[in-house]
Amino acid sequence: MGILDLTAVQLGKAIKEKKYTALEAMEAVLEQIDKTEEDLNCYVTIDKEAALEAAKKAQEKIDAGELTGPLAGVPVAIKDNMCTKGMKTTCSSKILGNFIPQFSSEAVIKLEEAGAVIIGKTNMDEFAMGSTTETSAFGATKNPRNPEYVPGGSSGGSAAAVAADECFFALGSDTGGSIRQPASYCGVVGMKPTYGTVSRYGLIAYGSSLDQIGPLAKDVTDCATVLEVIASHDCKDSTSVKREDTDFTSALVKDVAGMKVGIPRDYFTDGLDTEVKQAILDAAKKLEEAGAIVEEFDLSLVDYAIPTYYTIAAAEASSNLERFDGVKYGYRAKEYDGLHNMYKKSRSEGFGPEVKRRIMLGSFVLSSGYYDAYYLKALKVKAMIKKAFDEAFSKYDLILGPVAPTTAPKLDSSLSDPIKMYLSDIYTISVNLAGLPGISLPCAKASNGLPIGVQMIGNVFEEKKLIRAAYTLEQILGDLELGGVRA
Amino acid sequence: MSKNYETVIGLEVHVELATKTKIFCGCTTAFGGAPNTHTCPVCTGMPGSLPVLNKKVVEYAAAVGLATNCKITQKCKFDRKNYFYPDNPQNYQISQLYLPICRDGHVDITLADGSTKQVRIHEIHMEEDAGKLVHDEYDDVSYVDYNRSGVPLIEIVSEPDMRSAEEVIAYLEKLRQTIQYLGASDCKLQEGSMRADVNLSIREVGASEFGTRTEMKNLNSFTAITHAIEGETERQIDLLEAGKEVEQQTRRWDDNNGESYPMRSKEDAHDYRYFPDPDLVPLNISDEWLDEIRSNQPEFKEEKAIRYREEFGIPDYDIGLITDSKKLADIFEEATAECGEPKKVSNWILGETMRILKEKSLDPEDITFSPANLAKLIKLVDGGTINGSVAKEVFANIFDEDVDPEAYVEEHGLKQVNDEGALKACVEKVIADNPQSVLDYKGGKVQAIGYLVGQTMKAMKGKANPGMVNQLLKEMLDK
Amino acid sequence: MANVIDDETIDYVGILAELELSDEEKEQAKGDMSRMLDYIDKLNELDTTGIEPMSHAFAVSNVMREDLVTNGDGSEATLANAPEKTDDTFIVPKTTIS
Repeated sequence: MGILDLTAVQLGKAIKEKKYTALEAMEAVLEQIDKTEEDLNCYVTIDKEAALEAAKKAQEKIDAGELTGPLAGVPVAIKDNMCTKGMKTTCSSKILGNFIPQFSSEAVIKLEEAGAVIIGKTNMDEFAMGSTTETSAFGATKNPRNPEYVPGGSSGGSAAAVAADECFFALGSDTGGSIRQPASYCGVVGMKPTYGTVSRYGLIAYGSSLDQIGPLAKDVTDCATVLEVIASHDCKDSTSVKREDTDFTSALVKDVAGMKVGIPRDYFTDGLDTEVKQAILDAAKKLEEAGAIVEEFDLSLVDYAIPTYYTIAAAEASSNLERFDGVKYGYRAKEYDGLHNMYKKSRSEGFGPEVKRRIMLGSFVLSSGYYDAYYLKALKVKAMIKKAFDEAFSKYDLILGPVAPTTAPKLDSSLSDPIKMYLSDIYTISVNLAGLPGISLPCAKASNGLPIGVQMIGNVFEEKKLIRAAYTLEQILGDLELGGVRA
Repeated sequence: MSKNYETVIGLEVHVELATKTKIFCGCTTAFGGAPNTHTCPVCTGMPGSLPVLNKKVVEYAAAVGLATNCKITQKCKFDRKNYFYPDNPQNYQISQLYLPICRDGHVDITLADGSTKQVRIHEIHMEEDAGKLVHDEYDDVSYVDYNRSGVPLIEIVSEPDMRSAEEVIAYLEKLRQTIQYLGASDCKLQEGSMRADVNLSIREVGASEFGTRTEMKNLNSFTAITHAIEGETERQIDLLEAGKEVEQQTRRWDDNNGESYPMRSKEDAHDYRYFPDPDLVPLNISDEWLDEIRSNQPEFKEEKAIRYREEFGIPDYDIGLITDSKKLADIFEEATAECGEPKKVSNWILGETMRILKEKSLDPEDITFSPANLAKLIKLVDGGTINGSVAKEVFANIFDEDVDPEAYVEEHGLKQVNDEGALKACVEKVIADNPQSVLDYKGGKVQAIGYLVGQTMKAMKGKANPGMVNQLLKEMLDK
Repeated sequence: MANVIDDETIDYVGILAELELSDEEKEQAKGDMSRMLDYIDKLNELDTTGIEPMSHAFAVSNVMREDLVTNGDGSEATLANAPEKTDDTFIVPKTTIS
C-alpha cells in the first residue's frame, strides 16, 4: 500500500508518527497529478512551488509541535469558488480569469490553521451553475472512474481529484447537490452540512440562502474529521450559526440499532434507474440488518423542489453576479462605447451560456410585475417543503434515498437540454431549500462500471446521526472496488 | 394665469448617521482621507465578502423614528435594490423596501405667521450610501472612490403634505433640529450629510387628484431648495397652461443657472428587482430594546425651553434661539454650570458667537471651542482682570483655536490696568495733548469726554479699566 | 408553451441584467426562458394561501456588530485587481449623462 492509498486521517497519523513527511505527501500528490491531470482536468490552478514550500513549512511546524491536529501536513484541494489569498480564484469563469483575492475564505483559513496544505484550485461548473462540470470556461473535468463520463457537478473537480488521488481530500460547495452528486458519480464521500455550519465568508456566492461548504473525501471518517475542522461560528457571516456540537468525529460509531430510517416512496418513481433503485434498497436492507428500523413513507412535494429551487437560486444569482462588471476586478471588454456598453460587453463576453441563462431567468422573476407570481411563490413553496421535512423528522432519525436518478452521464450529453439536466438534481435540491445536512457515499458499482451513491438526509444540526449511519454502512459494505485511473 | 394652482410637495430626505463605522463593515466613516483608504472587501463588493449590520445604525434609525412619532417595525428586514452604477460596488444597494424600520409618523412645523402644520412621515428606512465619482475634465473617464460606500443612511420619506417652499424649509429645519438633538447626524446640507430630494406636482386648487410629479435632485442648500421649488412650480404651470403634460421624471437642479434638467437614460429601467437580502438575517427589535432606545432619548427643544425658563430665568427670546440648536444649548448649559452666570453666557452666545458664525458662514454644529473656556472668559471679565473689548479679542481666539483665556491673557499681557497712578499719568498726558477737546467739554459739550476716553484707552493699548478712566477724566476736568 | 417570451421582454431583461445577446443567443434565450417558466408554473398547482414566504430555512435574527473601527487603510487590496486604475481610484467610462 503506497502513500496515495492512505486516507487523509491515515496520512495525518503517519506524518505524526514520522512514517512520512508533509513534503513527501505533497510530492506524491503532485506526481500523481503529473500522471493523470492531462486526461482528467481536475484543477484550474496548481502552484507546485508554493505547494511544496507550504508543505515544508507545515512539516517544520509539525516537528516543532505547533501542529498536532489530524489534518496536519495533509494535501488538500479547494474548489475554485473559495477565495485563497494570493492564489487565483476564478469560479471557472472567464470573467474572473485573472482574479487574485486579497483574503482567504474562512473555511480555507480553518484548514490552514489545522496544518492542511493547499495543492491548488479545482475545476467546477462556472459559478457553480451546472451538474456536470462541463460549463467551466477552462474545459470539462472527466470522471476518473471512466474518463468518457462526467464527474458530476458543480464540485466535479474536487470529487474527481479525490477519486483520482490527486489530493487526499477536497472542499466543495453545495447549493443544490453540488457536493453530493459529484461524490456519487465519482465514488467518493461528500457531505453538505446544515446551512450556517461552515462560514460562507470568502465563498463566491451563487445562491446565498442555499450555498454551503462541505468536504469531499475518501471515506466517512475523513469527512467527519474535515467537517469538524471547518465548522465554526464566524462573526463575518451573518448566517453563520453558533453550535456546540461540532465534535463530529465522536459520531464515528458502527451502531444503528434502533435508528429510524425513512425511505420516501416518492423518490422511487419512473425517472429512477432500476439499477440505482436496487442499490439504494440494498443499502437500506443492510442498515436494517444492522438493527435500524426502516420504513417507507410519503415525503410529498418532491416534484416542486426543482422549480422552487431554480426560481430562488436564479434570482439570488442574478443579484450576486451583478458585481462582476469590469470595474473593480476581473474581465473588462477590450472595446466598448461608454459605461453601459462596457458593462454589457464585459459581462456578455465574460460569462458562459449557462450563467447567462440563469442570470436572465433570475432577473426576470424579480422584475416588476413578476416578483409575487414567481419569486414570492417559490419562497412560499419552500416553506411548505421545509414543513414536509419537519413532519418526516418527527418520525425518522434520517431519510435515505438515491443521490441522483442515474449513474454519471456521458460527456457532452447533458448541456443541450437544460431542464433534463436540472431534473437530475431532484433528490438533492430540497435538502438545500430546507437547510438540512446530507451525505452521499458510494454503495455499489453499476454494471457500466460506474459508482452508485446513496444519500442520507438528517434534520438540521443532526450531522452526527448521518455520520453514524454512513460510517456503519461504509463498514458493512467494505471495499466496493470501484477502480479508476489508478487501478 | 387663468387658473388657480397649488403646489404639492413631498420630500425624500437622506441623512448620514453619525456612527463611527459603516453600516455593514468596520471601516471608518470619517470624512476626508485619500481615495479608497477607508475601504475593505465588504464596502467594495469583493467576491466572497459578506455584510454584518452595525447595531448603532438600528438604534439611531429607531431613535429618529420615535422622535418623529413613527411606529417602529419591530420585525424588519433588509432588501437589495438592484441597479448598475459604478458608485455602487455590488451593483445593488442594501436598503429596506418591504419592511422599513419606521412607518406612519409626523412632525409639527411652525410657520412665519405663527401657524402650525403637521407633516406626515410615510416611512424611514435604513440603507447604505454610495461611493464618489469624480469626472475627468479632459478625458472621457470618471474616477471611483469608495470611501463613502457603505456609510449608513436613513431615508425619511414624507407624505405629499407640503404646499410651499416655506413649509419645506420649516419641515427640513425641524428634522435637522430633531436629528441633531439625537446626535444621530450633524445634518449638514453643504457636506451632503443631509440631502433632500423634492417630489413636486401641480394641481388646481380644490382638485382631489394629484398631478404628475417630478423628482428634483442635487439640492445642497436651503436656498437651492427654495429656488428649485419656485423654478419647478413655474415650469410645470407653464406646461399645463400651454396644454402640455408634465412628464414623470427625475430632474437635476443646477443652482448656478437656476434651471433643472432631466436625468434620463434609456439604460435606466427603474426596475430595481427588490428582494430580501439573503446575506442578512431579519431584525427583531424587542420591546426591551425599544424601551432602552426610548429611555435614551434626549430632552428636545420644547422640554428644554420649559426647563430653562424655570432654572435659568433668561428671556424667552434667548431661550428660543439657544434651544434651536442642540449644540448651542449644550454650550449654554455647560458654560453656565461652570460660571453660574446664565444671562452672561446667553449674551456671549447670542452676541459674539452668532456674529462670528454669520461672518464665517458656519453652523452652530461647526463650533469647536469648549464651554469651559467661555466660562473662564466670563469670570475674567467679572473679576476685572480684563475689560470688555479685550474680552472680545480673547473670545475670537477661543472661537478659532479654543485657547485657554487665562493663559492667553497672561501670555499677551492683556490684563486690565487698574493701577491709579499709571492711569492718572496717562490721563494727564491725554488732557495736555488735546486742549481743544478739553475746551469743548468745559464749554458744555459733555460728549467730548468720549473722545478723551478713547485716546486714553488707545494710549493704554486698550487695557485700561474704562470705568476708572472715565472717573479720573471727570475728576480732573471738573476740577 | 404557455409562457411566450417576446423580443421586447428579452431586450428588457438584457437591460436589467446588463447582458448583450447576439440574435442567435436571443432566440435560444427566448426558448429557454419560456420552457423554464412553463416548468416553474408547476408551482401554481399548489395552494399557498396563508403561507409565510421563507427566506431563511431557520430562524436566526439580530446578527449585529458593535460600532467599532476594525479596518485600516484598505486601498492597496481594494485596487489590487482593478482592470483600469489610477494610483488611488478605479477608472470607468465617463458616467455623466450627456
